[in-house]
Order: sequence, then structure tokens, then C-alpha cells
Amino acid sequence: MKKYLFYPGCSMESSAHAYAESLSQINDVMDMDLVEIDDWNCCGATEYLGISLVPAYALIGRNLALASKQANGSKTVVASCSACYLNLAKADHYMAERPILGDKVNEALAEGGLNYTPGSLSIRHLLDIMVYDIGLDHIKSKVVKPLTGLRVAPYLGCMVPRPDYYKNWSDHEHPTELDDLLRALGAEVIDFPLKTHCCGGHMTQISPDTAFEMIGRLLTSADTFKADVIATVCPMCQLNLDAYQADAIKYMHAQGRDIQSRFPILFFTQLMGVAFGKDPKTLGFGREFVKATEAMSRIGVETPAEDVQAKPKRKKTTGLPMPVMPGRSGEEE
Amino acid sequence: MKAQPVNPNDPNPNLRFLEEVSAKTAGVSRLEMCIQCGTCGGSCPSAEDMDHTPRGLFALIRAGMREEALRSNTPWVCVSCYHCVVRCPQDVHITDVMYTLKSMAIQSGLYSDSPSHKINKAAAGFSSTFIGNVNEYGRSWEVGLATVHALKHFPLRAPSMAPMALGLWAKSRLNITPKRIKGIDQLKAIIAKANTLEVS
Repeated sequence: MKKYLFYPGCSMESSAHAYAESLSQINDVMDMDLVEIDDWNCCGATEYLGISLVPAYALIGRNLALASKQANGSKTVVASCSACYLNLAKADHYMAERPILGDKVNEALAEGGLNYTPGSLSIRHLLDIMVYDIGLDHIKSKVVKPLTGLRVAPYLGCMVPRPDYYKNWSDHEHPTELDDLLRALGAEVIDFPLKTHCCGGHMTQISPDTAFEMIGRLLTSADTFKADVIATVCPMCQLNLDAYQADAIKYMHAQGRDIQSRFPILFFTQLMGVAFGKDPKTLGFGREFVKATEAMSRIGVETPAEDVQAKPKRKKTTGLPMPVMPGRSGEEE
Repeated sequence: MKAQPVNPNDPNPNLRFLEEVSAKTAGVSRLEMCIQCGTCGGSCPSAEDMDHTPRGLFALIRAGMREEALRSNTPWVCVSCYHCVVRCPQDVHITDVMYTLKSMAIQSGLYSDSPSHKINKAAAGFSSTFIGNVNEYGRSWEVGLATVHALKHFPLRAPSMAPMALGLWAKSRLNITPKRIKGIDQLKAIIAKANTLEVS
């Protein structure tokens, strides 16, 4: 079993719950032992870097310092979120490239009794680990329910293949790692020329039309090539394309650029779970805004339409009587 | 790179503006190497909404036009997609320069002193609310971030965001309360020290 230090990032505990759930289900099949970095903090996303330099890098530096302290045989830190992956890699890379930055960050870290030597850890994305460490042959050998007939658009977003400080990826703009992995699961991988284009990032909160234009372009491309679902490796991409899909389609429609289909946006780990024969109920299906039920049923996989774990608990029958909607018994649930 | 020594007695600080931006950038920015080819603007997915393309902005910086450069909405419209970075024939770290310009624009107050600066203010406000949560809890907290940000910058649109929030909540995709890391005091000490340090 391969051991890695794991940096989940804030989204995995909230908006990208489905990513975390599906990952935990496939860990054993993938023969990976992901050990969470103890008491990690937020990486600052794309926000802290634009406010002030040394604090932004010190924030990331604390995670690197904690990881290198915890590193026990494993020097590889795996991040599942694109922004986290990039920020950890960026801090490690720039602390070495510009020694004065490294010195200042370590001066700040010393206040917390910590220290980080740039270059002492290897920072990698989850997809990279799966394709290059675990390997496509291993993945292929574990498939019990091939995704035959499911047309998947492989969507990587920006921050995984770019700027690629360590030259881990096959290409900056058209990398094929995700395509290869999805193909190993038996899926029909469609041509998706915009696979590394931007989802709009935080622009949904700042200048929504800028974001809707970008989301709209991605959906148009998926529409042109007749995707059933879009597979993503990033919590931000998933949130933007899923939760803002209706808004983006409305925006496009207002400009006479119609999009015919609606696309469930799934984490690649969810599709892996399905192919490995895991129960879809345990893979976070049902948490998506655009339901995957219909697309998945076409390949004979039944996924819940609603979040199965979030149903309100049954009320105590001994509680005070509550008003009941006409036509409902009040005893159901 | 120092192509031409600048007279240290010259009272105009804008003479060295390019050098200043470059020095305040995280790695080796290579901003001095820009050949004004425009590959960056041509690769940019949000250039349409920018006051200046990155190339144009870098020309302003080179020309010492500090105020124009720091007033520009360009760094705030940049989505950090790094398309320009991997295509730049001179390997200029464009995205990191944009981060530097944002922090300089905030420090000088120039980011928000024109009436057309809605995007700059919204973006800077979003970042500062975000880092406020991170400084306080050690983790980002989407509910607090979205609520405070919407009320501050888009009060009229805020109510229309309720269905989205409810949707996320119903799907267990929101934490109603923030999570605080154990070492929050340690983190605060590190950030407090870092706030006193600069690389240039």
C-alpha cells in the first residue's frame, strides 16, 4: 500500500463533500493510504496572494512545515483541490527560486516554532498519483462495471496542468491524463477542446456575467460534442458548472446562444467508484444540482436523485402534535 | 534585470516603477523581459472585460504610469487561469504580477477611487472577507464569506442568492458554522509576524 500525506483543503469538507466521500470509498481499491496532514489550514485560494505577499506564503508555508514534520517515510503531499495543489507547489517553488521569500516565510514560521526547507517535499495532484503512481493497468484491472456507452467530457480546469512547476503533466493545454483514466474505466471519452479552460473561479461572486460567459462556453463545447456528463478534478470547477449551470444557460440563451442539454458535473472519483462496483449511495451521488440519475441510468447504474444522507431525521412520535399538510397522514417518514 | 542604472537622486519614484513591481512579486517575475507581443491578451478568457490587456498594462508599468496602472481593473478581472503564463515566449510570471498589482492597488487606495470601479471593489472586498475568515478560523468558510460579501457589495441581489444557499444546505454541501483549527493561535502569531515582513 502506497502511503501519502494528504492535504484535503476546505472545499472537501463542504461544497465538494461528494469528492471526499467517493475518494474514501476507492482508497482501498487504489491501494493508497492517504494520511491527512494534522491540523492543516486553508491555502488562501486565489484570494490571499492578492492582498499581501509574505502572509499569503506564510499561510501556505505552515502547511508545508506541518507536512514535512509529519513526513514519515513519505515525502509526497497529495492535494485533491486544484487551487490547493497549485498554492502548495507555488510556495515550495518560489521559496527556492527567490531565497529572500524563503527566508521571510521561515522568519514568520519561526513565530509558531515551525520551519520549511523548500524542495524537501514533493507536491502532487491526486490525478497525477492515480495515473502515474498507481497506474492505468491497476485501475483497469479493478473495473467490474465498465462505464461502456457513457459519453464523458474530461474537464481539468486551469490550475492542475498550469503553470506546472514540476513538469508533471503531458501538456499545459491539452493534457491526456484524465482522458486515459476515464478510458480505463470503459467510458467513451469525447473530444473536449476546452478541457483546461477556466470555469470563472471566484467571478460568480464578483462579476457574474464574466463567469457565466466562461461557464457557458464550456457547456456549449460539451453540448457540441454530445457529452452525457462532465468529469472534473476540482471542487471550484464542480461548484461553478453545477450550481451556476442554470444561470449560465439563461445568460447564453439571452444572447441567442442556446444550449440543448443539461450536464451532470461529477468528480472523477465518483465515476471510478461506479466502475469499481461501489454502491452509488456511498459515492456522494444526489448532492449535485443537475441530477446524474438519468445519464447514469442509461448505462444501467441507479444513483440516488437526492442526497441520501441528508434526509431530516424522523421526528419523535412522542413529540408535540405538529400541523400536517392536508392529504398527508403525518405518519409517513 | 537592471538594464539601465537609474540615478538614485532622481526624485520621481515612477522611474523605478517597473523595478518596484518586479521586486514585490513572489518569484523572479521576469516582467522586465516583456517584448510587448500581446500573446497574453490573445490568450486571456476575460480580456473582453479588462480596461487594459496584460500587454497594455505592462506598457503602462514600463512607462512609469503608476496611477493608471494601479487604477486599472485588469488584475481584478484576471481569473488566474495561467493560460498567458504558459504561452508567454518570455516566461513572464504574469499571474503573479497581477497579484502584486492588486496588493499595491489596495495599499495605495487607487483600486477604488474611480466611480467605474465596481469590479475592483467587489473583488478586493471578496478577498478581504475571505482572508478575514482564514485569519480568524484557519479555514475558509463559505457561508460567512458569501453572506457578508453579498450584503456588502450586492445588497439588491443578496435575496436572490437564498435558493442557492438552501440548495447547497439541503445537499449537505454547506457548513453553517465555521471550523476552527487547533493551532489557530500559532497561525495568528505566524501571520502577525508575516505582516511586518516584505521581500523588497
